[in-house]
Amino acid sequence: MDTVIHTVNLTKRFGDFIAANEITFDVYQGEIFGFLGANGAGKTTAMRMLCGLSTPSSGTATIAGFDIYKETEKIKKNIGYMSQKFSLYEDLTVLENIRFIGGIYGLSDKQIKEKSGQLVETLGMKGEAKKMVGALPLGWKQKLAFSVAILHEPKIVFLDEPTGGVDPVTRRQFWDLIYEAAGNGITVFVTTHYMDEAEYCNRISMMVDGEIKALDTPAKLKQQYSAISMDEVFYELARGAKRSE
Amino acid sequence: MNNISTFIKKEFLHVFRDRKTLLMLFGLPIVQIILFGFALTNEIKNAKIVVCDYAKDAASQQIIGKLQASQQFEIQNVLLSHNQIEAAFKNGEIKMAIVFPANFNNDLLHQNKAQVQLITDASDPNTATTISGYATQILMDYQNELMQLQNLPYQIHTEMRMIYNPELKAAVNFVPGVMSLILLLVCVLMTSVAIVKEKEIGTMEILLVSPFNPFLVIVSKAVPYLALSLINLTVILLLSVFVLGMPINGSVLLLYAVSTLFIITALSLGLLISNSTASQQAAMLISLMGMLVPSILFTGFMFPLENMPYPLQLVSHIIPAKWYYIIVKSIMVKGLGFSAIWKETLILLGMTLVLLVVNIKKFKIRLT
Repeated sequence: MDTVIHTVNLTKRFGDFIAANEITFDVYQGEIFGFLGANGAGKTTAMRMLCGLSTPSSGTATIAGFDIYKETEKIKKNIGYMSQKFSLYEDLTVLENIRFIGGIYGLSDKQIKEKSGQLVETLGMKGEAKKMVGALPLGWKQKLAFSVAILHEPKIVFLDEPTGGVDPVTRRQFWDLIYEAAGNGITVFVTTHYMDEAEYCNRISMMVDGEIKALDTPAKLKQQYSAISMDEVFYELARGAKRSE
Repeated sequence: MNNISTFIKKEFLHVFRDRKTLLMLFGLPIVQIILFGFALTNEIKNAKIVVCDYAKDAASQQIIGKLQASQQFEIQNVLLSHNQIEAAFKNGEIKMAIVFPANFNNDLLHQNKAQVQLITDASDPNTATTISGYATQILMDYQNELMQLQNLPYQIHTEMRMIYNPELKAAVNFVPGVMSLILLLVCVLMTSVAIVKEKEIGTMEILLVSPFNPFLVIVSKAVPYLALSLINLTVILLLSVFVLGMPINGSVLLLYAVSTLFIITALSLGLLISNSTASQQAAMLISLMGMLVPSILFTGFMFPLENMPYPLQLVSHIIPAKWYYIIVKSIMVKGLGFSAIWKETLILLGMTLVLLVVNIKKFKIRLT
């Protein structure tokens, strides 16, 4: 299996505070990698370093084979990102949003036209294509945001709590989209609070106080902590946490 | 290049979709020009006055006739006694009372010395000064007429020429002022809000994660406002030429060139504000309180800088609008060329460069 994310002792300090402490892990191509942890555990900080939004204080990492310090521009072309906040433009229509994101990723007009047609079709949003995004229900917006994040067919897509505030049915549909993307060879790196979602991941890592305390498949983790559900594993690990918000 | 044009198109969409902002953007200059042009003017016309004439002789009647004939005054009432004056000020809208003592003509002709009393409402000092000035002027005119009849041996004729603005039009003063304020408002406020908005709704992260050059984000944000400001400038100039009758005496091209420089100065200020704030409200507040208010105070078109204490005059030097105001007045009113304004232009250019460098540095720091 190809390694698409490789980190060694990746650390981020803000003054005396160590947000992420010597994180070392690998993520393989095409897998769905769950990144779990309580609030304030350092998930977002770690993810921001991997996306190039934040420079690490020390340690090394390669994303899609590119160095996190020197080749950020190449990394940017190979990753997609969907943030915690809904982040499309509400005053633009569905098609205009797709056009814009396609444009800044350097897709040609022809590619954009083709892809937006496909995307609207698969999401079942044909009737809404010319509606303002602000007028769509939250679940639709999230699905749209995800589809836009992988519009340029990145190697890896980073999802920062993508299903916050979304109802269970839509969450299920959202995960269908994630499986589809993974099936197409896109590596999915996802942070979440929902333990049922953790079960959907191929492998998960648990962050506690800025460190990775566990990393394995859900089944093996449950076995290791003799737990019935991921919930229990989470409590077991997070109980010792000193930091919380 | 395809992606920057996509970005600029998107910015224009934001502007055009936001009706309220658009209305403000184009309504504001029109309203301001018309307000300043017709409502807020320093010229005083038809000031209501009362006359208290104890003399009732030839001289007093002639002067009253002149007052009545002038455009500045309108005689509302002729009073019989001094005691009525205060009441007239209190219940009427009169601005001035003029009192001729008994034997006015006699004193004037035979004692060579006569007195007239002007009483003005100084609760508004500027108006009081202006209209007493008008009245004095009329009295002097009358006196000069008499002199010519009598031919005194020594005379000083003061001949006044108001150059650059012979008709004393207020427009000459305020059009350049309004131009500086509007351009400043549009560029600083709109740009800072536009960028901070992206941070607030979370799209800035998406942009920073994308391969799109962050520096180009800023350029794309600035381009629509540069274009809109140039349109605004054109609207203001058309209004002032065709509605207010204020000519552009100098080179229009030079005016546009310098205005573009000023717009860029203002845009960089807007960027600086957006780089230092995290919410639209904060950006708006800083733009309005931190930029607009000092600009109104220190540009020199509302409050003369020469009358300010020296430390405040020093403060005015760092206000870009002040230099732009001087430049616009030189070009539009005096019809001067580049040789007359190069110093001010250089100052603006320097300010812009400093702002841009600070911006680029700040933006880089923010990314890490």
